[in-house]
Amino acid sequence: MRKNEKNGIGKHVTLDHGSGGLASAELVREYFVKSFDNHVLSQLGDGAVFLLNGQERGRLAFSTDSYVVDPIFFPGGDIGCLAVHGTLNDLAMCGSVPVCLSIGVILEEGFPLDDLKRISESIAAASISAGVPIVTGDTKVVPKGKADRIFINTAGIGVVPGEIEMTPSAVRADDAIILSGSVGDHGVTILASREGMEIPDGIRSDTAPLHHLTKGLLEKFPGDVRIMRDPTRGGVATVLCEIAEASAVTLVIEEEKISVKRGVKVVCDLLGLDPLYLANEGKCIIFTDRSKAKEIVDFIRREPVGKDAEIIGHVESGHPGRVVLKTGVGGERLLRALSGEPLPRIC
Amino acid sequence: MRDEIRKTVSELSVAMSEKTAGRELKFMEVCGTHTVSIFRFGLRSLFPEGLEMLSGPGCPVCVTPAGEIDAFLEIAAKGNVTAATFGDLMRVPGSSRSLISVRGEGADVKVVYSPAEALTFAEESPDREIVFFGVGFETTIPSVAATVAQAKRLGLDNFSVFVSHRLVPPALRALLSDGEVKIDGLLCPGHVSAIIGSDAYRPFAEGMGVPCVIGGFEAVDIMKAVFGLAKQAVAGEARVENAYERAVTAKGNIRALEMIELVFEPCDAEWRGLGTIPGSGLKFRDEFAVYDAAVKFGVNPVNVPDPPGCRCGDILKGIASPEECPLFGETCTPLKPVGPCMVSSEGSCAAHYHYG
Repeated sequence: MRKNEKNGIGKHVTLDHGSGGLASAELVREYFVKSFDNHVLSQLGDGAVFLLNGQERGRLAFSTDSYVVDPIFFPGGDIGCLAVHGTLNDLAMCGSVPVCLSIGVILEEGFPLDDLKRISESIAAASISAGVPIVTGDTKVVPKGKADRIFINTAGIGVVPGEIEMTPSAVRADDAIILSGSVGDHGVTILASREGMEIPDGIRSDTAPLHHLTKGLLEKFPGDVRIMRDPTRGGVATVLCEIAEASAVTLVIEEEKISVKRGVKVVCDLLGLDPLYLANEGKCIIFTDRSKAKEIVDFIRREPVGKDAEIIGHVESGHPGRVVLKTGVGGERLLRALSGEPLPRIC
Repeated sequence: MRDEIRKTVSELSVAMSEKTAGRELKFMEVCGTHTVSIFRFGLRSLFPEGLEMLSGPGCPVCVTPAGEIDAFLEIAAKGNVTAATFGDLMRVPGSSRSLISVRGEGADVKVVYSPAEALTFAEESPDREIVFFGVGFETTIPSVAATVAQAKRLGLDNFSVFVSHRLVPPALRALLSDGEVKIDGLLCPGHVSAIIGSDAYRPFAEGMGVPCVIGGFEAVDIMKAVFGLAKQAVAGEARVENAYERAVTAKGNIRALEMIELVFEPCDAEWRGLGTIPGSGLKFRDEFAVYDAAVKFGVNPVNVPDPPGCRCGDILKGIASPEECPLFGETCTPLKPVGPCMVSSEGSCAAHYHYG
């Protein structure tokens, strides 16, 4: 991120503020962190990790997220299971074992009850399959036109075992960078569905819970995992840039190790999009000790959500915040964070 | 297949370095898509020492004057108008606002992938005025012309185009005649050339002594084309070489050219940073004048001076690099662009910013 970068918040909220890139970060800092400022919130991790009642062990993780996806039903999932998986994954990325979830639903007047049933069944199925109960919730209805069909917020609590600490400061030179599977599946599914485009090759959203994977990983390899992040809005590129910045290191990434399904590539080429900046909802990036990387990748590949895991790069000391991409044709370039809404490119 | 590409790219890189032997050469990438492709593949790291690639005016969004953007914004803000535009125009600043900011204020702005989509809106919403922002070079113009011809056949009266199209050969002529611009070769745009044909560049090669090579957009295509330029430059030759034969012929796409000819006629046009270039723009022929949005809405572009400090003009001419602009990266970023070279995804400043 360049210093003195200003996103110029104008008089209105724009879609850029919701895209998960630099504009979103600026909005959060200026309007929320400043007002609610405390040392837990200011870490701006995927979830908040803190001691409960001064206990030395058994810290809690607490995370929340809201879901406004359009369309609400899409190949591979819907807004309901997305809302469950999303918060479970934020808790998982902190290194915690999710314990319970809350759910808040805002419905637009006139929303079909059949659709509501379908979504609530999807939520229940996702919760049961994940083994994490929804223990509290709330529903509101607003007049027609005051919300877009359905908005969902989920919050979750997890327990962080023992000495586990996922933090950017743990990242060091020579660490390996692992990506758990293909990128762009969810982003392409949503964008293509919105455009009414046929999605080739059976591409679907990858929405899935990752907490079983991360729990097993941290149990088997304690001390070898530095940090984990799920590349949702802003994509893999943005997350890598954020980690490089927060850890003050250089990342070197091999483009050809990043798996992009053919159907995703086709839609991206047609719409002028870059898969490295598209959202993923069932993938994670894991920084690990180099000597254990191969073993860890093999472990991840044994889980269904991680079957296409690859080591995609490594960490170097040097220019803090720099992410170098070695291209598939043998060249080199820099990777930057997403600035605003990913707008399709046309010439 | 991937290994073969890597091998070919590497071999071309080595051959280029041997051919130029460190000689200083400046080639201009006319087309914004070439700028982006070169950056995206990381090819700059593979060009020889001494070889400099300059980004030219081949980014239609970058060369659209701020006054024309302001005029379109004025139309877009009107109550019953649906403004339809290509995606990369959304963040381009006029003198103070962009389409994304007027959308935030309530204007109905839709991103489309083709002008035909905009026509469909017009058919589906007879009570709305659909206005399409016609920006683009010869690659895009035939489809806009065809859409307007279709609108006429359908007898639609709620569809119009704000014409900001530009033509590439007149701009190249103006650039090459400019004393400040010194280039040793032109990497000519692949898709524009598919329309206008390789013969269109003969006046520049044979007439003005500038090597011209037409290149495609894959890594190997670009490396071959740049190597072709290097060979000509070192040998002191100047001819048109078509290194994109699978898409480009000598005479171009006759039907597309006829479609343009049917609907439009050339006129003088202002290019942001380059001034007025004779015969480089288009206007509707009389029989299609009813589709001219500027006339329909009584909105005329006003001349807007470039913002102080902005060097987009020099960058578009290839006489300055983005990093030499005092605003680059600090005041002018993709999120808060001062000049359009930063915000268009094909603009040289955006490419330099995103890809380093």
